[in-house]
Amino acid sequence: MRHACALRSVDDPLHVNYSDKNTNREDRLATVELTNISKCFGRTAVIDGLSMSLNPNEFMVFLGPSGCGKSTLLRMIAGLETVDSGEIRIGGRRVDHLPPGERGVAMVFQHYALYPHMTIRDNMAFGLRNVGVARDEIAARVAAAARSLEIEHLLERRPGQLSGGQRQRAAIARAIVKQPQVFLFDEPLSNLDASLRVRTRVELAGLHQRLGTTMIFVTHDQVEAMTLADRIVVLNDCRIEQVGTPMDIYLRPATSFVAGFVGSPRINLLPVRIEAAAEGLARATLPDGTLVQTAVPTAALPQGDTTVGLRAEHVRIASEGAAARGTARVVERLGERTLVHVELKGGAMLVAEDAGLSTVRAGDEVGLSIDGARAHLFDAAGRGHHAAG
Amino acid sequence: MAIDAPARARRRPAGWANALFVLPYLIVFVAMIVVPLAMGMWLSTTKSDLFGVEAQVGFANFTRLARDPIFLETVWNTFYFVLLTVPALTLIGLGLALVLNRPARWASVLRTIFFVSTVLSVTVVTLVWQLVFTPDGGLIAVAAEALGGSPVAFLNDQDLAMPAIAVTTIWWCIGLPMVLFLAALQQVPRDLYEAARLDNASRWKTLTRITLPSIRRTFLLVVIIEIILQFQLFGQPQLMTRGGPNNATRPIVLFIYETGWRQWELGYAAAAAQVLFAMILIAAMAQYFVASRKDDR
Repeated sequence: MRHACALRSVDDPLHVNYSDKNTNREDRLATVELTNISKCFGRTAVIDGLSMSLNPNEFMVFLGPSGCGKSTLLRMIAGLETVDSGEIRIGGRRVDHLPPGERGVAMVFQHYALYPHMTIRDNMAFGLRNVGVARDEIAARVAAAARSLEIEHLLERRPGQLSGGQRQRAAIARAIVKQPQVFLFDEPLSNLDASLRVRTRVELAGLHQRLGTTMIFVTHDQVEAMTLADRIVVLNDCRIEQVGTPMDIYLRPATSFVAGFVGSPRINLLPVRIEAAAEGLARATLPDGTLVQTAVPTAALPQGDTTVGLRAEHVRIASEGAAARGTARVVERLGERTLVHVELKGGAMLVAEDAGLSTVRAGDEVGLSIDGARAHLFDAAGRGHHAAG
Repeated sequence: MAIDAPARARRRPAGWANALFVLPYLIVFVAMIVVPLAMGMWLSTTKSDLFGVEAQVGFANFTRLARDPIFLETVWNTFYFVLLTVPALTLIGLGLALVLNRPARWASVLRTIFFVSTVLSVTVVTLVWQLVFTPDGGLIAVAAEALGGSPVAFLNDQDLAMPAIAVTTIWWCIGLPMVLFLAALQQVPRDLYEAARLDNASRWKTLTRITLPSIRRTFLLVVIIEIILQFQLFGQPQLMTRGGPNNATRPIVLFIYETGWRQWELGYAAAAAQVLFAMILIAAMAQYFVASRKDDR
């Protein structure tokens, strides 16, 4: 986990506000605990008995496909959705019965939600005026946040006069001036074009380091999740599939869903036959008969249908010593690497990786070398089994 | 330039083709709006009756209007009526829309009930309200007697007749502003309200700082529409009071009708119609400019 105190620069314009007696540094190091949270819309359960906790200063990303309940969960923490059962605590204080404004959270919305008839300055000051913050204090906080996000020249403009990226900065600045215990981001980058998204992503990471506040970020974009998060919560079908650091999620996916959702290109998932080999490690037979010696202990592997998970970077195009052979059907040249969609004997498809300057063309016969030690196995229930260690 | 020439040649017929699409509307607009307007203006400068024009009199009809005490009283009556109805229609319409802008079933039932009066004809509406206002067994009279008071002849009282007509009109016309405000309220993005909740805004603050500024264009639209509609008051006093008592409820349109069709002074009536047209135009434009200037700030 990152520690913002050490990383924050001394001349951080927001630094001055941390000494404020009402919003001291300790207040802002808040934990978030969700205990047995449930939520139904009519008869449809959207969140079902979910529990998790966030450490102070943690950047947590809720990742999952559309309709998995991640935005609802965020909105429940914000107080914009009621909680049917369970408890939400922020900084140890139970908040699930409090109105949104009293929870100590600030939210950045997907569509910015800036008040269109107010200037950016008024947008930022509105929340502070409502809780009776002194005029000088408001001016100081607005100025500091605007300087931090480089929007000082936009303060007298209205949202309609700003570009998408500028609006996003204004929305983040509006959240910052509140000095909340927890920042909530609801897919804030999804409306930005590709290059601006990358830039804003980097800035958000920097912002988290500077502010050192707990942040929760909802996205369906795995790249955003991997690059920003201290920990990722992968949600699917109203349940948590896995909670872990980005590399945990990538290297040791708890379920076949996580393995398939995280990583680009998508992990190769093929049905296999399993037999025990030397030293109690599983040996998998691919549909075309290729043998893959994995590092997964057979002892923990239940009987029944099993699927092997092979990431493209562990299946390489090889001219010599190939473990398997197949026909290249599609070749995707990405510059630094080439992805080759290979059809194995029997029709199974496998995505393999080759060098950026690969000479493989669609229709070529190619050999594949498979790094079995990096293979994952998933049992019939979809649970992941990985190499020991 | 050589490249431009063919491009221009292609564009020209396309321009005419575009004009053809506008033509049907243009014909109707000119025939039904521009021509009658011009004819009315020309007629207002003549002495004429239903058999034809007798003479060109220039602005004589207008100077006569300026000295006609009955016409001046109808101008005042019309302004008074607009003052009674337009703010009330706007504010009540807004209030109803704010209360009924929710997905509950009771709200949709009430929305229908409040709108249903709009579809009634003026004959039915005035009949119903005459039954309410009549001192002989009318609804208000019965209620007043039950509470120990004495019945009031609203429509025969010089001071109460116009307010009674205003109440009738508000009841009849409230549906349109309510529906316009409802449509505007439903256009306000929901996340603005959510941001306001996170910003600790009270209900009053949310109404005054988020909702009302978001629907200000509709507010202006409603005010302009209602000014135009209510300046044209005619049916209600014609059916309820015939302009009485003592001209207290005679509006400009009734004056125009009686002058033109009872007294056959078509030129004089047309001049009065031009005055009404100018009044509506000035009121609507003034409202528009005031609001758009506020918008620019």
